[in-house]
Amino acid sequence: MTNDATHPSGSPAAPAGLFSYAPAPESRAVVDIAPSYGLFVDGEFREAADGGVMTTLSPATEEKLSEVAHAGEADVDAAVRAARTAFTGWSALPGAERAKYLFRIARIIQERSRELAVLETLDNGKPIKESRDADLPLVAAHFFYYAGWADKLEHAGFGPAPRPVGVAAQVIPWNFPLLMLAWKVAPALACGNTVVLKPAETTPLSALFFADICRQAGLPRGVVNILTGDGATGAALVGHGGVDKVAFTGSTAVGKEIARTVAGTGKRLTLELGGKGANIVFDDAPLDQAVEGIVNGVFFNQGQVCCAGSRLLVQESVHDELLTALQRRLRTLRVGDPLDKNTDVGAINSAEQLARITELADSGEAEGAQRWTAPCDLPSQGYWFAPTLFLGVSQAHRVAREEIFGPVLSVLTFRTPEEAVAKANNTPYGLSAGVWTEKGSRILAVSQRLRAGVVWANTFNKFDPTSPFGGYRESGFGREGGRHGLEAYLEH
Amino acid sequence: MTVGYARRYAPLVTMPPSAAPALADVTASDAALRRFLHGLPGVDAVGLDARAAALGTRSIKTTAKAYAIDLAISMIDLTTLEGADTAGKVRSLCAKGRNPDPSDRTAPSPAAVCVYPDMVPVAREALAGSGVLVASVATAFPAGRAPLEVKLADVRAAVAAGADEIDMVIDRGAFLSGRYLKVFEEIAAVRENCARVSGGAARLKVIFENGELATYDNVRRASWLAMLAGADFIKTSTGKVAVNATPSNTLVMLEAVRDFRDATGHQVGVKPAGGIRTTKDAVKYLVMVNETLGDDWLSPHWFRFGASGLLNDLLMQRQKLSSGRYSGPDYVTVD
Repeated sequence: MTNDATHPSGSPAAPAGLFSYAPAPESRAVVDIAPSYGLFVDGEFREAADGGVMTTLSPATEEKLSEVAHAGEADVDAAVRAARTAFTGWSALPGAERAKYLFRIARIIQERSRELAVLETLDNGKPIKESRDADLPLVAAHFFYYAGWADKLEHAGFGPAPRPVGVAAQVIPWNFPLLMLAWKVAPALACGNTVVLKPAETTPLSALFFADICRQAGLPRGVVNILTGDGATGAALVGHGGVDKVAFTGSTAVGKEIARTVAGTGKRLTLELGGKGANIVFDDAPLDQAVEGIVNGVFFNQGQVCCAGSRLLVQESVHDELLTALQRRLRTLRVGDPLDKNTDVGAINSAEQLARITELADSGEAEGAQRWTAPCDLPSQGYWFAPTLFLGVSQAHRVAREEIFGPVLSVLTFRTPEEAVAKANNTPYGLSAGVWTEKGSRILAVSQRLRAGVVWANTFNKFDPTSPFGGYRESGFGREGGRHGLEAYLEH
Repeated sequence: MTVGYARRYAPLVTMPPSAAPALADVTASDAALRRFLHGLPGVDAVGLDARAAALGTRSIKTTAKAYAIDLAISMIDLTTLEGADTAGKVRSLCAKGRNPDPSDRTAPSPAAVCVYPDMVPVAREALAGSGVLVASVATAFPAGRAPLEVKLADVRAAVAAGADEIDMVIDRGAFLSGRYLKVFEEIAAVRENCARVSGGAARLKVIFENGELATYDNVRRASWLAMLAGADFIKTSTGKVAVNATPSNTLVMLEAVRDFRDATGHQVGVKPAGGIRTTKDAVKYLVMVNETLGDDWLSPHWFRFGASGLLNDLLMQRQKLSSGRYSGPDYVTVD
């Protein structure tokens, strides 16, 4: 009854024990990645006008997955023109007809969800458990949800006859490639707009598979156009004169640049930017669930989540208990092969991001915070960062102020609800926050004073298409999701 | 959280090696006990269910599955608790306990056979020399609605007949009406009556009937109450009501024994019972034990399954792993 004690390479590292889990890899064979992909413009795949290409890697192994076209200004122009042309017909369709396409897309996503989950995990590095159980179900749910709005827009509260805005330029990040696409594309199409979307440089593949889904669903040509490329491509797209609406999710620095580009042009703009979410644990919290919420808050998707609960604010009277429990829990996290179904923490998306996380974590140590890392073996290939805590962090430390966008949690303490609110709000960001207490009145009192677009009570990182999401101040403006998410795509 | 418990309560908790934990201050009065139990951190039901469900998605394959199946078999309390039980039926179950898979002698034996008190002598004789323990329910199982003297006599009879373990039920009525001290004293009294004339004592499993306690907060309170009163094992259910063991209510109990050991140094076992019928279910429970408690509880001495049908499913899965084929229910014995 003894178990094989050797730890097979490639399976997620976890503390060795009597009951060690054998590798349980999801099959790669369910997805067929072509050696190269073109741009999806006007319903067809084509090479970039200047023939530019770039490669996309698997961050877990650094192996090359595919080559994709690198769109330049000519391609941006062609895509915007295609979208403009398609707009006339698409916006004139009755809402119920547009809904049929969206429902069809949602169903195809569900049918192909295993393939898409594996693809997303390969290109992004996130655990298959998350792409399978979080990303893909939410992607389909977003399309189903906004399909339902398409024929009810006059009842959405934006006037008796709201009209689409026109051509939407959408630039999305690499942390949830397909989900961010869904957040942007679904409401845009439901409202009658056409779209030119640029996926992130390091994660272009799922958007290209989505282009195939659009064809499979018979979506009229030009309604959705996908341009792969880098920052220059994105800048050309948001700066294009034929664009009516710009939607961006990504870093605050790029968001500010886009705001400057768009200023004075009359283009509508929504920005969903960075965050430094405070997860506040009061001493009467349900502690075992708070520990789970903290873990989910900052280690979900390797912490590469704009609304991550990357600052833990814990009441001093419960600090030691909570931290002991949290460290015990972090020792059980399984870090490694993202395709293994038992992996909890996968790879960092890129060498660049890993360098940024490493630099900020080093600054934490240099500034005097106490570093603690969960014991785990990291693979030798690929981009990895072990789950890390910083204890004894003060508001002045960079790890408490700057968005790390990685599996790093800064732990701060407070003594009174007053102090908790003051510290939570003491950030230029304002995207998310969490409140943990068994006292309902405290949840209400504290949430009302937190300057954050989303406040979770006794949970964290919960998403639903019916719920609006967005930030304050340097976390951006505009809301995605829910009825509110329609507003950005309607003239009223 | 355990550091905090230890800090707050360690001075109060002294654990004489051979007696029920004396927590004089906490258990001095109904009011004190109530304050202690209601001072335990709350359980957020949504978060608890999400954690239990997440652990249920672990994918246990090949060598890990083989290990889990054998471990699960060795943790079973093979149970028959029917009004229609006969000596023949109990003997047949004991024969199965001695030799669970006649086609494969390498299959481990279950931990115990669990019967009503009047069947203990039959089981004792049938299991002699096998290493399989005899467990007996007692204390007017399953309702527990009898005078204390009757319950204690029930326990004494089972112990005298040779039961190695006693599965008692708590007085849910007293618990739900807030008379915690009554429940505490009853468990302590049962524990005293587990002592054998020849020395030593039967191990005591305390059944809460989680389905009747209704909230996870109550399950956590009952866990601490029973452990304070000297339980060797805490057990989810009788198997006789609509809601028995669930991953969630078992997880609360796993957290409780973990915290109790951290606070007092005293380790207590956990036994989910009722409704666990498949290998898949059993493996999910073992994953919870593994990731909540670790190696120290991964043995039949500290974790049990109260089940009857589960054994055959585990044996069928075991045969499939070794032969590569699924043979079907006619290739394991009915009992």
